Amino acid sequence: MQEGRVLPAKEINRDLLRSILTTPNWYWVTVAVMAIIVLGAMSAAGLMINRGMGMTGLNRPVMWGFFIVNFVFWIGISHAGVMLSAILRLSKAEWRRPATRAAEVLTVFSLMTAVMMPLIHTGRPWRLVYWVYTLPFVPYDFARGIWPNIRSPLVWDPSAIFTYLTSSILFVMVALIPDMAVLRDRTTGIRHQAYALMAMGWQGTPRQWKLQIISGILLSALILPVFVSVHSIVSWDFGMAVAVKSWHSTIFAPYFVVGAVHSGVSAVVFVMILLRWIYGWENYIRHEHIDALGRLLIVVATGWFYFFVMEVIFGFYGREADEIAVREFQFTQPPWNLWFIFFTGLTYFLPVSLWLFKWTRRNLWIMSIACISVNIGMWLERFLIIVPGLAQKQMFTFTWYTYAPSAVEITIIGGTFAMVTLLMLLFSKVLPLIPLYDIKEGDMLKTEIKIGRATVPAVFRED
Amino acid sequence: MAKRPILGLFEDANYAAEAGDALQEADVSQDDYDFLTDAPYPEGAFGEREERHHLYWFPFVGALVGLTAGILMTSMTQLAYPLVQGGKPILSLPPMAVITYESTMLSAIIFTILGIIFESRLPRPKMGLYDTRITEGYIGVLVNVEEDQLPKVSALLTQAGAVDVVLENPEPAAA
Repeated sequence: MQEGRVLPAKEINRDLLRSILTTPNWYWVTVAVMAIIVLGAMSAAGLMINRGMGMTGLNRPVMWGFFIVNFVFWIGISHAGVMLSAILRLSKAEWRRPATRAAEVLTVFSLMTAVMMPLIHTGRPWRLVYWVYTLPFVPYDFARGIWPNIRSPLVWDPSAIFTYLTSSILFVMVALIPDMAVLRDRTTGIRHQAYALMAMGWQGTPRQWKLQIISGILLSALILPVFVSVHSIVSWDFGMAVAVKSWHSTIFAPYFVVGAVHSGVSAVVFVMILLRWIYGWENYIRHEHIDALGRLLIVVATGWFYFFVMEVIFGFYGREADEIAVREFQFTQPPWNLWFIFFTGLTYFLPVSLWLFKWTRRNLWIMSIACISVNIGMWLERFLIIVPGLAQKQMFTFTWYTYAPSAVEITIIGGTFAMVTLLMLLFSKVLPLIPLYDIKEGDMLKTEIKIGRATVPAVFRED
Repeated sequence: MAKRPILGLFEDANYAAEAGDALQEADVSQDDYDFLTDAPYPEGAFGEREERHHLYWFPFVGALVGLTAGILMTSMTQLAYPLVQGGKPILSLPPMAVITYESTMLSAIIFTILGIIFESRLPRPKMGLYDTRITEGYIGVLVNVEEDQLPKVSALLTQAGAVDVVLENPEPAAA
């Protein structure tokens, strides 16, 4: 650990603000391409809203398809921020420093994207107002045929996601104040005024730093329970449904939470590798950081695999005919069985076998492939949880049906990936994706200890 | 006589700490000087005064507010829709618990953020005396002293190793 050299503050500012203060040629081209894909997805969504849900592949009994799969997927990615930022901050893991901001920002943008999916899924997003159950003094008139089920687990979702999104945005904004001050001091004109406004007169006094450090720990401790609750509640969208076989499982909450951390941390590793490559941040995002994240991922992936095996075993163990029918569908019927093999291979066996060796963990190409593999696998996992259960929801076999996504759905799903990329790119143009003060603090606390004839890199740590 | 600020810039933390010691020896109150840095130095690195705060009260108060709001919101919503579902009571506790939990956490977090900003003495509408070199790694020692003390403090800061001493431009006289 601690392989990098100590850098002067001026050089850290120059390197980490390069993405903001200069604009490389590829930047606007990439932004334009991503924006076009997002516009394409918005047009597809507009078409679907205009023509109706018949434009999708959804049909009875499979009324939850790609949109809900994608919703769960992006909620999962959003768990990266808190996992890395909060847990590593609380445990004072030194290698967290370059990873926290990118993880937190990815959390915010993936949550925003996730929130859009159920809205698009409704087909009539303007009817969102009917979901607003928090109007105790102005209830809808039952005589108008509106019978909201205010006790539904689906009502818990918006409250949990709203809490998580608000908390994550505030968490990011508070940690950005000192970096806004650096930008305030390095810019002129209207940009200077904007950064000065957001820095709120930050000076960097010992009192301000003390509170900044406490805030990191205190907010981490407060957001952690929210983080656990969000994906638990998302899993209850399925787990609380008694009618759908293979969904009604008590293990779903921890299974979903660990799965979310697995896909989220993998996504962060991929984003970090990309940032290192495009902005030349070799001094900041070092092999040691990717290596440490790779080792963490082995533990997370194995934890996830344990829950996955338990979920399958308990499904079979009850010998309920309906449950066995769904499992047979998942395991034996093509193409579902092939998807199942792909999913387990991509989510666990391929990446974990790659993460087992130090040289593979330090090879950025291999790590990128492993992390992309995890996320393709985790997307498939959600698909294989949601669709087979619904396909055989009804009692009679002649009502069983399968699901094939339409071009509209595929376009919208593609658009969400472009949207997160676009938002990350736009963020990197206005605010630093690596916290400057955190890197400076890390460099300040670095030292070397001589033990016999060996010189060991070390770090001081305040209690 | 009104106090005026003076800022000494140091390249080395040891020199800045020595400047702090020298100011104390010159009977400048600890409340009248501060250290400005671009990164969090370990507590007591400059021999600065211990900072007391009440941040930990904010999440508790926030949690109580959120808990109350959550209970009121969920119970009143259920009473506003008196629709019996599955023979369950109108005022059903399990659905209330989840939303109340979220509102408690949300309020605790919002209050914590407000607490951090408030306790950090932010926002500061006027920056006062400041130098952009601080965010380049220089350590600023910001001193507020009587106007007649300025030359003495300036000499003291320079003697301690300040690479530059900055004075605020005097305000233009009213017409």
